[in-house]
Amino acid sequence: MSEGVVILFVIFVLAMFVGFEVITKVPATLHTPLMSGSNAISGITIIGAMIAAGMGTTTLATVLGVIAVAFAMINVVGGYVVTDRMLQMFKRQPETER
Amino acid sequence: MDGLIQLSYLAAASLFIIGLKRLAAPATARQGNFLSAVGMLIAIVATLFDRQILSFHWIAVGAVIGSALGLWMARTVKMTAMPQMVGILNGFGGGASLLVAAAVWHHLTQPGAVLPLDTAASIYASTLIGGVTLSGSIVAAGKLHEIIPGRPVLFRFQHLLNLTLLLASAAMAIYLLITPGHSGAFLAMTVGALILGVLVVIPIGGADMPVVICLLNSYSGLAAATTGFVISNHGLIISGALVGASGIILTQIMCRAMNRSFTNVLFGGFGAQVAPAGGDVSRGLAAKGVRETSAEDAAVILSYARSVIIVPGYGMAVSQAQHQVRDLADLLEKKGVQVKYAIHPVAGRMPGHMNVLLAEANVPYPQLLDMEQINPEFERTDAVLVIGANDVVNPAARNSPTSPIYGMPILDVDKARHIIVLKRSMNPGFAGIENELFYNEKTVMLFGDARNSLIKLANEVKNL
Repeated sequence: MSEGVVILFVIFVLAMFVGFEVITKVPATLHTPLMSGSNAISGITIIGAMIAAGMGTTTLATVLGVIAVAFAMINVVGGYVVTDRMLQMFKRQPETER
Repeated sequence: MDGLIQLSYLAAASLFIIGLKRLAAPATARQGNFLSAVGMLIAIVATLFDRQILSFHWIAVGAVIGSALGLWMARTVKMTAMPQMVGILNGFGGGASLLVAAAVWHHLTQPGAVLPLDTAASIYASTLIGGVTLSGSIVAAGKLHEIIPGRPVLFRFQHLLNLTLLLASAAMAIYLLITPGHSGAFLAMTVGALILGVLVVIPIGGADMPVVICLLNSYSGLAAATTGFVISNHGLIISGALVGASGIILTQIMCRAMNRSFTNVLFGGFGAQVAPAGGDVSRGLAAKGVRETSAEDAAVILSYARSVIIVPGYGMAVSQAQHQVRDLADLLEKKGVQVKYAIHPVAGRMPGHMNVLLAEANVPYPQLLDMEQINPEFERTDAVLVIGANDVVNPAARNSPTSPIYGMPILDVDKARHIIVLKRSMNPGFAGIENELFYNEKTVMLFGDARNSLIKLANEVKNL
């Protein structure tokens, strides 16, 4: 195993710990937005997808890359927009009567 | 330039962490989500300057199509369909990781290219996790959307088959480490992962869906992290790990709320078999009979109560009755009744499901109380209105050791003075367990669609 991979693995494990620390205290009310919001973050695969689609390689790899870009963008855009839609509904006081 | 790109990824990851932290409080949550989105934008723009990218038009094509579809889905989805929306978004994330792994694998196995061993191992891990996430999420979303039967689908040797598939896919991955260019083996490994995803989710029933959704959420993050290993990208690894961690935490919270171990949820096939003693118990209970009530009488109970606790369940989501709940609560509050909501952690089909629906109906979130906060209040409460909730209010969880849900923390609804249950019919809930709460002498049943019943109740309350 090369040194590079070890460093990547160290980063991975430390980031997991950060994740545990940051997320443990989320109240139940916000569990759904937390899930869809963190799901949007997993759309970060878009970076890999863009590289795969743009590296000018075999046709097959490019096609796979383009579909990956589309999938990841659905994940990113859909995730953030739907989370925002949910969060704007959470209010301390009721709005003026409909 | 490379250093600048790497720093941009670090900035993005930092914004994700700050964003997630802000998501933890209702007042800052929206801003947190916005910060996280800004982080994503920075990461995407930085990637455009990556030297590996030679042409942009295909990226643009994919990005436009994906953004349009994502925007359309997010704008049009109903709040009641949120569990399947989250489910399918998990699938797209996993699918993207799978496709990136496949593309990079094809690129690096061309003649003249070199596929280092650790990159190869990362590609296969990404393919396996991404594949399971993709097909598992599609099945979960299908179950939640009721295209696929929501009941657990069980057959003989299911676990053995799953284990075999897992081992076979892993064996393919090891074989590919030795002979990297074998496309048949790569295809077999991918198909194996996809079938495994289907088989892992198909035996899990509707009420256990919150756990599955959390778990798939975690997988979609881990899939992104493995993609980070494939292309040696720190930003991807950090972000993926964050999501993986959040999914694991939510999974634990859900399991604890059901007093069941993680393995029990995954392998239990809960609700597939009725408890052996169930027949006798239900016949005994049925002999006692239930008291059916009219909207008029129920309205009297609610209007003359000092305090009312509303307990929403999946039935409220199914009949999309959240606005009617709010209307009724408003009328009661005008009459001086104190109204609160009791939210069980696993009510509905995803964590926080009830909170989102009630927020949509403009119910202020401080009125929504968690199980620990509200349970001591039931004995001081005049009337409880149960709307399409069943297993989460079943006293069998407290006092019937033979019951499949024994030990699960429940809302102590039976301690209130009056209990009104809105229910479509006397069919037992998802778990197929009789609920003795319905036969309690303090309980009255108002049969019918939750939404219609609530409209009738509101009209009667108005006329009092």
